[in-house]
Amino acid sequence: MIQMMRALGVTAVVVASSLGGQAVAQTKQLTLCWAAWDPANALVELSKDFTTKTGIQMKYEFVPWTSYADRFLNELNSKGKLCDVIIGDSQWIGGAAENGHYVKLNDFFTKEGISMDDFMPATVVGYSEWPKNTPNYWALPAMGDAIGWTYRKDWFARPEIQAEFKKKYGRDLAPPETYEQLKQIAEFFQGREIDGKKVYGAYIYTERGSEGITMGVTNVLYDWGFQYDNPKKPYQMEGFVNSPEAVKGLEFYKSLYKCCTAPGMSNAYMSEGLDAFKSGQVAMQMNFFAFFPGLYKDPNVGGDKIGFFVNPKQKYHFTQLGGQGISVVSYSEHRDDALAYIKWFAQPEVQKKWWALGGYSCHKAVLNDPGFPKSAPFAADFLKSMDIVKDFWAEPSYAELLLDMQKRVHDYVVADKGTAQEALDLLVKDWQKVFKEDGKI
Amino acid sequence: MSVFRSVNDRANMSTLAEQAVARTPRRLALRFRGLSDRAIAWLFITPSVLLLLAINIFPLLWTIQLSFTNYRANRPNAPIRYIGLDNYRDILTDTEVWHAMQATAHFVLWSIGLELVLGFGLALLINRRFRGHSVWTTIILLPMMLSPAVVGNFWTFLLQPQIGLFNSAIALLTGVDPSSFQMIGDVALAPWSIIMVDTWMWTPYVMLICLAGLRSIPDYIYEAAEVDRASPWRQFWSITLPMVMPFLMLAVLFRAIENFKMFDMVNLLTSGGPGSTTEVASITLKREAFEKWRTGYSSALAIILFVTVFGAANIYVKALNRVKQR
Repeated sequence: MIQMMRALGVTAVVVASSLGGQAVAQTKQLTLCWAAWDPANALVELSKDFTTKTGIQMKYEFVPWTSYADRFLNELNSKGKLCDVIIGDSQWIGGAAENGHYVKLNDFFTKEGISMDDFMPATVVGYSEWPKNTPNYWALPAMGDAIGWTYRKDWFARPEIQAEFKKKYGRDLAPPETYEQLKQIAEFFQGREIDGKKVYGAYIYTERGSEGITMGVTNVLYDWGFQYDNPKKPYQMEGFVNSPEAVKGLEFYKSLYKCCTAPGMSNAYMSEGLDAFKSGQVAMQMNFFAFFPGLYKDPNVGGDKIGFFVNPKQKYHFTQLGGQGISVVSYSEHRDDALAYIKWFAQPEVQKKWWALGGYSCHKAVLNDPGFPKSAPFAADFLKSMDIVKDFWAEPSYAELLLDMQKRVHDYVVADKGTAQEALDLLVKDWQKVFKEDGKI
Repeated sequence: MSVFRSVNDRANMSTLAEQAVARTPRRLALRFRGLSDRAIAWLFITPSVLLLLAINIFPLLWTIQLSFTNYRANRPNAPIRYIGLDNYRDILTDTEVWHAMQATAHFVLWSIGLELVLGFGLALLINRRFRGHSVWTTIILLPMMLSPAVVGNFWTFLLQPQIGLFNSAIALLTGVDPSSFQMIGDVALAPWSIIMVDTWMWTPYVMLICLAGLRSIPDYIYEAAEVDRASPWRQFWSITLPMVMPFLMLAVLFRAIENFKMFDMVNLLTSGGPGSTTEVASITLKREAFEKWRTGYSSALAIILFVTVFGAANIYVKALNRVKQR
């Protein structure tokens, strides 16, 4: 009897495990890789519809921004199979295309009737094309983003502050249109006591380790006239990267850092900016639009207390592009399912829901909707910003180019090493060396 | 009684050996019967040797090979060229690398110096066996039990100018505004910040080694010195310090090797900044290898660092042996 019971038990275990194995084999699953931030939570919510429709389960690999590039570029370079679908940073596109990490999507787009004309032109160039301005697509524009600004609308609206500002500067205190105005406002608020608390003028990017200070500095330099190279002769950087205008722009960034930021902000990026703003420490904050829905909902500084404005202009008017495209990883063993996800995500209805949940759609069906500018307090500024975006190099050597710039500008802005002219001259030399090694000059 | 027990034990042992032989499968026993002791010894150490070859020697040889190439791990399709000693020449003429080496030397020398003075001082105190000394020993040892990543993170908060406890404490003592200075964001103070945190964390370790040295000195030597009316100062210079010296040198060796390759704590505290002020060699190596993806170049840098540490450690160990022989 005991032997019979044992035999039955063993049989039950074998049957159960084989059934379980079948169940696992039948469950399709895709792994999506991205950064760990607010829009990723919105995407998790959105993707539930994809699972309902297709039965394909979604698994997520979200990594904090500071290690996002390290983690996923390592994964791609080692031909890892962790990610089936990846929302990779805009600057990765060159390397990912040339090294075969991403699946080229042209044939798929043609077959499925997905047209790049349905997406905002700046996002197609920024997130999908390599080489730039050629119809070679490696990603679908997924998350439109650019650097914008938030400000304390409630502080700006206080009559006593308004009066004092007008007396000092002879104009109304309002969101700045130029960087000169922004600096004046920042100086005005720096060290001021509001509601019994010492506050500071502005929050700007200064992070050293990944890409922080470069994103902040370029955002300002573009407006002064900085260019990556000669528009008529690619990779000729002398006189463009280190032009007198670029030097002035870099000097301005340093002066803004020195005069008007909170103490201890010598290595700060997105999350430190959010903390500074949410804790009521700063009057104005430079940050990506992706965070604005979350800030608007914040119980302490959101709602009526927060305002938004486009990156101010100076001689020119640009802003630093953020955002990412969604790509299929060529080492994925679930390529068809991954392409099915892209096809689903490209649908106008899905894109509308994406925006409603807190993601920034790049689809014209969403952005050209007459109601879009009023759909959120920052929507109109987002539209304006996406018309004036500029991005960092997207070359296969982008990581080296980025680290060179991180070092040179951090040395000058934060560590007080040398002059702006010297920093940009050295940057030109660094970049020339990289492009020379790449055989491009 | 003990003799009987010993005989019994031996009898039991022999029984156990016989049992083991009896239980060994016949086929296995036949296979081993013809092997010499030397062959059996090799049989036992082979797995360890293979493991060592796989995880230590092979990567080292591969790194040496890569250091003579232009290989980049992020360019799998690019051709790999042998470029001779170009990487080594580039490194040795690169001012940034020399700056990183200087930053490393500054960090290593000062942190070890401070840890040695403080650790030895604490060991002398604890060695007095005052009431509650074991509790104090445990409290002092706590920092070295923490992970460097945790230490890096919480010291980042402690050194924060607006909310940090460190700045507040300095403000309390000196009367300056706590947010008027920043430790890890200031070019002059940042190198001292990482030295301070490392000293805080690793002084207990040095203390522990020194304490072992102090406790190994026989009491009769001090008793003899007292009979000879040697002053406490004389006892310290003529007995304590010479006899603890090998232990001190050992502590210096361990800490120097550790601090030369220090990465996690510095990376979390300053990321090598502000600018490149605290960019020690290991951070440069990580940036070149895993951010810029210059695999060949970074392999050469790794070899240079390895040879430096290995060479210095060898010279030092010889000196240590000489001190021990005195």
